[in-house]
Amino acid sequence: MGKTLFDKIWDAHVVNNIDGGPTQLYIDRHYCHEVTSPQAFDGLRQRGLKVFRPEKTYCSPDHNIPTLNQDKPIADPVSRNQVETLTRNANEFGVTLYGLGHKKNGIIHVIGPENGLTLPGYTIVCGDSHTSTHGAFGAVAFGIGTSEVEMVLASQCILQPKPKTMRINVNGKLKPGVTAKDIALYIIAQMTTGGATGYFVEYAGDTIRNLSMEERMTVCNLSIEMGARGGMIAPDETTFEYVKGREFAPKGEEYEAAVAYWRTLPSDPDAVFDREVNFNAEDIEPRITFGTNPGMGIGINDPIPAPDPEDEAGKISYEKSLQYMGFEVGQKLAGVPVDYVFLGSCTNGRIEDFRAFANFVKSKKKADNITAWLVPGSWMVDAQIREEGLDKILADAGFEIRQPGCSACLAMNEDKVPAGKLAVSTSNRNFEGRQGPGSRTILAGPLVAAATAITGVLTDPRTI
Amino acid sequence: MKEKFTTITSTCVPLPMENVDTDQIIPARFLKATSREGFGDNLFRDWRYDKEGNPIKDFVLNDPTYGGCILVAGKNFGSGSSREHAAWAIADYGFRVVVSSFFADIHKNNELNNFVLPVVVSEEFLAELFDTIAANPKAEVKVDLPSQTITNLSTGKSENFDINPYKKQCLAEGLDDIEFLLSKKADIEAWEANKK
Repeated sequence: MGKTLFDKIWDAHVVNNIDGGPTQLYIDRHYCHEVTSPQAFDGLRQRGLKVFRPEKTYCSPDHNIPTLNQDKPIADPVSRNQVETLTRNANEFGVTLYGLGHKKNGIIHVIGPENGLTLPGYTIVCGDSHTSTHGAFGAVAFGIGTSEVEMVLASQCILQPKPKTMRINVNGKLKPGVTAKDIALYIIAQMTTGGATGYFVEYAGDTIRNLSMEERMTVCNLSIEMGARGGMIAPDETTFEYVKGREFAPKGEEYEAAVAYWRTLPSDPDAVFDREVNFNAEDIEPRITFGTNPGMGIGINDPIPAPDPEDEAGKISYEKSLQYMGFEVGQKLAGVPVDYVFLGSCTNGRIEDFRAFANFVKSKKKADNITAWLVPGSWMVDAQIREEGLDKILADAGFEIRQPGCSACLAMNEDKVPAGKLAVSTSNRNFEGRQGPGSRTILAGPLVAAATAITGVLTDPRTI
Repeated sequence: MKEKFTTITSTCVPLPMENVDTDQIIPARFLKATSREGFGDNLFRDWRYDKEGNPIKDFVLNDPTYGGCILVAGKNFGSGSSREHAAWAIADYGFRVVVSSFFADIHKNNELNNFVLPVVVSEEFLAELFDTIAANPKAEVKVDLPSQTITNLSTGKSENFDINPYKKQCLAEGLDDIEFLLSKKADIEAWEANKK
């Protein structure tokens, strides 16, 4: 029987299979940020251990950092301490740090790929659930807890139960105005917020094949929002072309040898998945969420559906969710006044997202009622924005570009949406209070965000 | 070495919400600490306290009717962020067991790594347990790790639960993953040598 892409990579990294227990899996690349690592480094200190393979760990502060005046000390002393602790730990343990002010600093899931640190066939972990982003390269990449961060620092291995495999096939031609984010939000709504729990997902089909690397990263990034352990896409010419020439990617003959190996990775034709699901690209409209988990999503012109009458237990949570958002069953949300628009995060903070947004708002003006936060995923994205002149287009339309970081995706810095205010956000989570205590979030793609920023109300980009 | 886990009999704290995400268990603004201690104070912070910091009376952790070291929650508990701070908050508050009909993968691992036992039960068992607790807040549940059984002592209904043998041994003997991995150093180096 043939093997899946996931099985090929997993099996190649097994150090030990513990009887009836988890697998001891070798990790090729470990990413660290300031929030989920300090206790792990502390653990090493208490045990008197070194980092086992320091050259495989890369750190970047991203969650806490301000998106204005990064050259000045961080105002919040608690945030500052966490960022400084990462610097101290990286120096003490000899791991690479792209700290605040470094030209490679940015959201860890944005800088890994753009520097060629993320490669096909790798096992990649980080104390962050959106580590699934790196699966876009045909890597087994997943989020871990801090105890597991300590395991990787101490041994370059992790103990992990082997998940089941699922293939999600998307075929057909996307309608105009439909982005990779809409594909992902559509899939999550069909699968529900916990529907892929226990599975590692491979995305396949011609719609997925035709996506750029940035778009694939958006799709894989959101895998966790349906509970999946990770998401991945088989490497192909698009992948090889993206990787080629990046700083840490193999060069010359090594690159050729690597490509030859990467070509062996895609799932064999006779590989069997534990579960297989099919979707048609034609069914996907620009998407929005209406509730407080990413699975509560609809097409932008659809009414909010009634809860499943069969699901008594689920009804309480559903009603609480709509109450929090201030929406009603049957309501259509297009035209609802919006207060904030956020473009950014590890989901939609890449160059293509800024191109799409800038292209849409070109020669138009930001609505007065909208506070817009445009936050590049990294300084490399920021540099590209300026090189392409997108900053001028955005400035002419009344938008300013802030400095890179996770920002309003989880509001650990000052970028908090005030209580009761409604945000259209290109980030990944609409949980209660996610963007600030009492904030209300509608998740959407960069085009819906752009259209909304222009009109001041939730807007289908195809109507402008 | 952590506290060994064998059998626990306790009253329960019911949280019949589904899809309780880790942002609710511990909001992001409380993740800025650099130690593992004290997170219990902010467990379910925004459901537990209002904007002024006053306890919200009808939230279950503020209701003296309920108590005990077993948290019973609706399905898909711990979804979303991988923050282990959620497991630290649960453990620090004093819970030793969380019962649900299913858990998000990362959070489940995080609980196990902090000596909190996630017990997966059937939808039927969970629904009956919520009914039992609603009828009698002093109702007790017995969780027996050696035999991998959970028993609703009011109804006598019992179910087996899964846990992998390695993690079971870790919990029962207070063992640590790092020590285990360090003991496998020769295997790790052999794997690396083979890869080159």
